[in-house]
Amino acid sequence: MAVYKLKTPISEADIRKLKANDVLYVTGTIVTARDQAHRRALEYFKEGKSLPLNLEGLAVFHCGPVMSKQGDKWIAVAAGPTTSTRMDIFEDEFIKNFQVRVVIGKGGMGKRTTDAMAKYGAVYGAFTGGAAILAAKAIKNVRSVEWYDLGMPEAMWVFEAEEFGPLAVAIDSHGNNLFTDVQKTVEENKQRIYQKLGLSP
Amino acid sequence: MDIKKIEEVAFNILKQAVIYLPDDVKQALKKAYAEETETGKIQLKAILDNIELAEKNQAPVCQDTGTIIFYAKAGEKAQNLGKVEEALINATKRATTEVPLRPNAVNPFNGKNSGDNTGRNIPYVNWEITSGSDLELTVMTKGGGSENVCMGGMLVPGEGIKGLKKFVVDAVVKAGAQPCPPNILGIAIGGGADISMKLAKKALLRPLTEHNPDPEIAALEKEIYEAVNITGIGPMGLGGKTTILGVHIDFAFRHPASFPAAVAFNCWAARRASARIKADGTVEYLTHKLEW
Repeated sequence: MAVYKLKTPISEADIRKLKANDVLYVTGTIVTARDQAHRRALEYFKEGKSLPLNLEGLAVFHCGPVMSKQGDKWIAVAAGPTTSTRMDIFEDEFIKNFQVRVVIGKGGMGKRTTDAMAKYGAVYGAFTGGAAILAAKAIKNVRSVEWYDLGMPEAMWVFEAEEFGPLAVAIDSHGNNLFTDVQKTVEENKQRIYQKLGLSP
Repeated sequence: MDIKKIEEVAFNILKQAVIYLPDDVKQALKKAYAEETETGKIQLKAILDNIELAEKNQAPVCQDTGTIIFYAKAGEKAQNLGKVEEALINATKRATTEVPLRPNAVNPFNGKNSGDNTGRNIPYVNWEITSGSDLELTVMTKGGGSENVCMGGMLVPGEGIKGLKKFVVDAVVKAGAQPCPPNILGIAIGGGADISMKLAKKALLRPLTEHNPDPEIAALEKEIYEAVNITGIGPMGLGGKTTILGVHIDFAFRHPASFPAAVAFNCWAARRASARIKADGTVEYLTHKLEW
């Protein structure tokens, strides 16, 4: 279990050094995107329109934050991760088209995303679900908000963060997926539980 | 009973709920931390640090401040009950801007967010009429991640409680990392498809230190608790010993041909708060101290 501290923009070579089970802290630009922002970004790409900012080498964060406007400045009040599986239908294209290097979320992602991470060089960093204030503490500046018409949780928030983490590297760029490993163990344990409770499978 | 007072109290319990986790939940998380594996400890430490920071900063413990659900237990002699729902809506709007809460009420047809956590049937109010003249208000702010894995089913009556045990184990395994484990499970059987789910969700309001008063049901709660924690899902689904913090079971009598069952999940950020307003306007906060 090695600990890495990386700064954006992150290179493919650097991200390839990470292995599942390592711990990662990200400093630099982290951009939130949930279902709606993923969908719109992919639509823009298809139509040849450019995104509000270049995402290459950055971290995308599955997060719908609570934001507060103080004067003309936005503050991240609470910014924990949302469930990432909802973005599984978008993420492979997203990684391919925009070259993000880190996807931050909770709950893990599936095979499509794991394959894309191996192919294009990206990792999935699991941030503790619900640890919203811990996350907000690492966000030092809110650079901008894009696509605010999607609503506060779905908008694309551009954060400048310092040592954002700890992120458990749960999917690395070599095809390893911790969540899938745990699921296999859980399936085996399920049979033990059935036996203990006197249930037939 | 002054309607402004009801609004004030509803605002206060809503603010208490989203910032301060109940003591029983905090204690259970601390106990889990002491017993966890290395991987589990990293997750639980982040959770415990986060709880402390939220209290210090008076900020919501999780950014998903949930769908807002009230439970109103009204004495038959309480006044102004017809205006309580309006007061709860006003308190919700105020809390959304002042705490703040994340706007979480979306029109299911066009996807538009109302921006203030209110909309048709939201906040939802569960009413119960009781004797006396007090109004007891409880709020649950229910996160979406744990709501998405709640499961209702119509089981086979002939399989009895064994069928229920399998249903619960399968639901937890299927949920995996999604509901932000360690979770609390509310389980209910009987009544009907809607009744079992309502009872299961309401069971989530019980403190973890309380077990079912019926010793047989309490034993079933313990059996399910121990069994589910063998899954190895662990904190945040990254593996470990603590998948759930507790189990609460409730029931209604069932139709001979039906065996409705429901499992409601709560995330570790199990947010709830209650207060009692007396006819003379005095208020008793039941789960939290008023800290502002």
